[in-house]
Amino acid sequence: MTINSHSFPAVEFKSSTFSVPVLSIASNDLILIQQLLDEKIKLAPEFFKHSPVVVDLGEVNKKQLALDFEDLATVIRKTGLFTIGIRNSNEAQQAQAISLGIPVNTAPTSDVRVENRKPKPITAPADDEFVTNDSTTVTITKPIRSGQRIYSFGDLIVLAQVGAGAEILAEGNIHVYGTLRGRALAGVQGNTEARIFCSDLQAELISIAGNYKISDDIHGAVANTPVQIYLQKNTLVVKPII
Amino acid sequence: MARIIVVTSGKGGVGKTTTSAAISMGLAKKGHKTVVIDFDVGLRNLDLIMGCERRVVYDIINVINGEATLNQALIKDKNCNLLSILPASQTRNKDALTLEGVEKILEELSKDFKYIVCDSPAGIETGAHLAMYFADDAFVVTNPEVSSVRDSDRMLGLLSSKSRRAERGEEPIKEYLLLSRYSPERVKSGEMLSLDDVQDILSLHLLGVIPESKSVLTSSNAGTPVILDEKSDAGQAYADIVARYLGETRPHRFIDEKSGFFRKLFGGK
Repeated sequence: MTINSHSFPAVEFKSSTFSVPVLSIASNDLILIQQLLDEKIKLAPEFFKHSPVVVDLGEVNKKQLALDFEDLATVIRKTGLFTIGIRNSNEAQQAQAISLGIPVNTAPTSDVRVENRKPKPITAPADDEFVTNDSTTVTITKPIRSGQRIYSFGDLIVLAQVGAGAEILAEGNIHVYGTLRGRALAGVQGNTEARIFCSDLQAELISIAGNYKISDDIHGAVANTPVQIYLQKNTLVVKPII
Repeated sequence: MARIIVVTSGKGGVGKTTTSAAISMGLAKKGHKTVVIDFDVGLRNLDLIMGCERRVVYDIINVINGEATLNQALIKDKNCNLLSILPASQTRNKDALTLEGVEKILEELSKDFKYIVCDSPAGIETGAHLAMYFADDAFVVTNPEVSSVRDSDRMLGLLSSKSRRAERGEEPIKEYLLLSRYSPERVKSGEMLSLDDVQDILSLHLLGVIPESKSVLTSSNAGTPVILDEKSDAGQAYADIVARYLGETRPHRFIDEKSGFFRKLFGGK
């Protein structure tokens, strides 16, 4: 018996979404980059083993530092990571990437994303309830309701309250100019410098770069006072802004 | 074009069906041709509250399945001939409702009626989703207690993301708060959340406060919408709500004991 090769397609294109770490490069010092990468990987060798990464050259290009992508790719490869794409790159870097067989993402950085995969779930284009200031900051002007999730690749500014049971996540800082009752997670990609600012902290959970506190651990004394939350020696510090 | 109103809450037992019955009757009494649809397939309560349960022959599922025409299924209210009721099926479950089926029914009703009131079932499953999906306005019925407020907040989130208006990027659904079963005495004694507490969390446009009232139960059991009991405080509260929705300015009542008493004395100024 032979299998009839026409009974099923041998090749099929399917659309799928993956979550891939982005490695943001902010320096052209390859030795330093290698050192830092080695240190990071040592923390979780299994996690990073053969892990695919997308290299973001936005920072280094913004600083106008000359960077040879081919050399960088070699450094990254040595650490055991696989570069599967680059973004925010200049033309020379793109040409190098293509010659190395690495795809180039020329689309504008996916700046604004709201987690439930609706392109613009809470916006009517006419009113400015959903504004992007620059490529990465997300501004929300309507209350974030229980069960909603908002994700920002950069900073997140909320000009309304965040309801209990809602979740706001940002790779950068979070500003809430209303009562924060839900969960707020800043620096979700590991940015330990990220901070949370809010005018009334009644959150269920606050987290910066994976270090979190739940409401019971946040002292009630700070309610109704504008506070900031930042990371100091791996401990969350809640302090009045002024 | 008809205006589609969904009466929703998330939580059960807060007064969605009572509200649907009252406001649809109120709109009809004001001279607007109105239809009220029971989306609670499997439980079917609206026809009881409207007092037409013995006249139910066909229901919304029959219409969706093409077993009956819309006109066959619609029941004319006995108190007001501008009001019709489209009952739910008791023998099916909520999965019998389809998005296409509901859309077709609403489209057809839009030609004939000025207001379409959709009585949503509790929860956030298919029935509730379909009841709110096509809505223009949402009446969020909330009781002054924490779990009801939390569920309403969740429902508001869904209204702003999972409705047709949201998916098409049109002007969002207009959301209104109806605070029901409110008892100023119990708020005062700290047993109940106050209007301010609720608004602190929901920050919505308040359409009205409906006081906890014996007349709601009496009317429900008698099969007449409470709004027809003009002497009762709940009936008056619903009349105010309908008037406010239609654009009249009426002062809020029943929020605290004193002002209710005060207004009674001076007949609202």
